[in-house]
Amino acid sequence: MIGQSILRTVVKLLIPYVLLFALYVQFHGDFGPGGGFQAGVIVATGFILYSLIFGEATARRAISLPLVERLTALGVLIYAGVGVASMVAGGKFLDYGALTPHHPEHGQHLGIMLVELGVGITVAAVITTIFFTFVARNRA
Amino acid sequence: MVDLSTPHLVTSLLLALLACTAVTIVRTRSLLAAIMLTGIYSFLGAGWMVLLDAPDVAFTEAAVGAGVATILALATVALIGHKADERSHSPLLPLAVVVLTGGVLVFGTVDMPHYGDPLAPSYTYPSPSYIERTREEIGIPNVVTAVLASYRGYDTLGETTVIFTAGISVLLILRGRKRRRERGAP
Repeated sequence: MIGQSILRTVVKLLIPYVLLFALYVQFHGDFGPGGGFQAGVIVATGFILYSLIFGEATARRAISLPLVERLTALGVLIYAGVGVASMVAGGKFLDYGALTPHHPEHGQHLGIMLVELGVGITVAAVITTIFFTFVARNRA
Repeated sequence: MVDLSTPHLVTSLLLALLACTAVTIVRTRSLLAAIMLTGIYSFLGAGWMVLLDAPDVAFTEAAVGAGVATILALATVALIGHKADERSHSPLLPLAVVVLTGGVLVFGTVDMPHYGDPLAPSYTYPSPSYIERTREEIGIPNVVTAVLASYRGYDTLGETTVIFTAGISVLLILRGRKRRRERGAP
């Protein structure tokens, strides 16, 4: 779709808001609808939209794919790491209340934010990876 | 008496459009058209989920169902060509199977509580305990997030691991094949 100036301009204007909305869904998940999974999916669609309009090569320059592939594991590690951290703090696995013994609510809040971040990172990275792997297969 | 209030009208319209889209997907022979129609089907589904007060599910349906799945299906069609094979067998047997399965499913819904029934099992147990205890135990207003990320944290960790495994599998299958080809093996 190279040379379609209306599409390119609209998408260029749209993508910052797509990513901003993803951040809102990610970090406002305690209060509003959504959470890590939804945010990760929205981030990935932002990248995919960019790649569709500006071409795969341009998108590969904007996103480091080896880094994205490592991020797939990082999200799971953050999630499980929060579980291990709450064990180290004296609670059970994924018992976030143990993170702040005097205010279990604060620990719950922190734990939920971190595990949702882990989910968001893994989902965004996995969907982006799957898309670019498919596209590379088409080209081969 | 037919209920003509706006939510019922919109819901009926959405469900009718969903049914029309599904029938068209089955009837079309062009894979490209079928893929675009599944995208439309997902958008209609997302709209319906908003009406059911499930905006987080609607986000997911719109982004994954209409966006990512459509793109991946298009990428697949680019590999395999966009014409479906002509029918090589009579449609009667598949039709009978579908009608039978659909009939059993509809029969199953007869026992289900009416939509919005306050005495339905899902409203009487266990959700009231979650709703009552989330505020003091977790301290966040969104009960869905509290259940997903804290009360059922093990499940969500498992789901995240499943997504991670899916990503790794795609990498191993698609990229592994490319490397083999570069080395000159069949």
